[in-house]
Amino acid sequence: MTEQNTIRPDLKLIADLVTPEARVLDIGCADGELLHYLVHQKNVDGRGIEIGQDGVNQCVAKGLSVIQGDADNDLAEYPDQSFDVVILSRTLQAVRQPHTVLLELLRIGKQAIVTIPNFGQWHVRLNLLTRGRMPVTKSLNRTWYNTENIHFCTILDLHDLIQDENINLLDFVPHQKDGRRLSMGVKRANLFADQALFLLEKQGP
Amino acid sequence: MTNQDFTSMRLFEEAPLTLDGGDALSPVDVAYETYGTLSRRADNAVLICHALTGDQYVASEHPTTGKPGWWERLVGPGKLIDTNTYFVICSNVLGSCMGTTGPASLEEATGDPWGTRFPVITIRDMVRVQAALLDALGVSKLMMVIGGSMGGMQVLEWLATYPDRLHSACVIASAARHTAQNIAFHEVGRQAVMADPNWNQGQYYGADTPPAKGLAVARMTAHITYLSEDALTNKFGRNLQERDAVTFGFDADFQVESYLRHQGSTFVDRFDANSYLYITRAMDYLDIAGRFDGRLADAFIPARGVRCCVISFTSDWLYPTIENKRIVHALNAAGVPVSFAEIDTAYGHDSFLLNVPEMDDMLAGFLTTAAQTFTASEQDDD
Repeated sequence: MTEQNTIRPDLKLIADLVTPEARVLDIGCADGELLHYLVHQKNVDGRGIEIGQDGVNQCVAKGLSVIQGDADNDLAEYPDQSFDVVILSRTLQAVRQPHTVLLELLRIGKQAIVTIPNFGQWHVRLNLLTRGRMPVTKSLNRTWYNTENIHFCTILDLHDLIQDENINLLDFVPHQKDGRRLSMGVKRANLFADQALFLLEKQGP
Repeated sequence: MTNQDFTSMRLFEEAPLTLDGGDALSPVDVAYETYGTLSRRADNAVLICHALTGDQYVASEHPTTGKPGWWERLVGPGKLIDTNTYFVICSNVLGSCMGTTGPASLEEATGDPWGTRFPVITIRDMVRVQAALLDALGVSKLMMVIGGSMGGMQVLEWLATYPDRLHSACVIASAARHTAQNIAFHEVGRQAVMADPNWNQGQYYGADTPPAKGLAVARMTAHITYLSEDALTNKFGRNLQERDAVTFGFDADFQVESYLRHQGSTFVDRFDANSYLYITRAMDYLDIAGRFDGRLADAFIPARGVRCCVISFTSDWLYPTIENKRIVHALNAAGVPVSFAEIDTAYGHDSFLLNVPEMDDMLAGFLTTAAQTFTASEQDDD
């Protein structure tokens, strides 16, 4: 097995928030890059969910335990609090029921790490304002009719939902697509960040 | 069928095999084939479990039909399950008719064939016999147990019964219970056998006329469930069999009729009708969750250390994806590391026997990483 020490910078931001030995579920784990890193560098008990057959096979070839499925259909079967951390990386905007999925993450996981592409970023806003067409940018690089992103949201949109649901926001890491962190609050990040990471925990009783 | 030389071992001579049904069976002959060599550390053993009408000839010529082994595509030197690397074991299941004790075997007490006096058996009884065979072969822990269809059911019983003897387990196109529809199809098959006057309450072994018609009809029905509507349409459509027009009679006008008749008539040359009754019954009785108040996950809690892989096929309506996913969800809920994929094929249930590259990819990845981690874990034990 190839020991992997480096991963995509935006995935590294996620990995840095995962404690060693944790039980981790990575939803939409693609080829297993993050999960493989976590298993080997942080010794986590890692599981994945991936919709594509290629991705599943690549994960299995890395020795990972991955189930073909998706966030909309396959979370209900997991018992409450069966993971320490559930990761949903750049996937929330592609699910049919983002609200339900968000709550499911915190039912099956003690914590959730959610990253989203930011539809409120100034490039996107300017693009829509000047061209009058659905923006196609670096982070959102598909046309409206073939994008898998069916529920676009901005950083502020997700922030609102988190507050409405009384979810604890433990950490907020706005960053550029290359993984460069931006140190700014939610409002400024909504204008400048390509993407953002939210570390979430259910509000205590 | 019974007068051939099989490689076999006589087990349960001193302590009998206690069956789920309550009876005790002694002795039990187990016919088996092995391929490759058991390593000095006995850490390269792979047990392959066969399906309902399968046998131990997984990678070698069938002695009756002369056909290649039923999984020779995947098992052999240099193949996916490489017998240069792995010690592959495949044994004929309890109740079958290729050398392992079954209804066609002679009962020690009377010297007569068992017939329907043979006790009804379960999938777990088959697995108990396999475990005893492994003891005799010097294999305490399997690198992997793998099987499709009824073979997958045996893998599930291995997980529920002997988890400590497994490093990894692979279940293909299978189920942890038989549904009403599964039982219904099997009942049609059994009734076809028993409706054949030659069946004679199971006492036909001395006669020259086994219940071939009944068994052939059973096989024809079952064979339909192994395919898919698309597969039948693509292969046969409404094509006529060596004629230009329908004959307004009951000959095999259609190719699909001719095909099924052929499947039925060749099957009876290699399979015993009573074995068919017993093995289909064993499958119908399978309900692993039933032993755990309906909670399948509880069956697998002791298997947390076993790496698992489950594969289903989109066109399989015999053991469809939903039944395979029940297994996956239970393994997950029990904390067992499991991978799963539903592979897109048009061939129906029999896909697991056919050339499906996506299945091969998944199996190759699973097998390789399982072997790597097994070697590592065995060395840790030293």
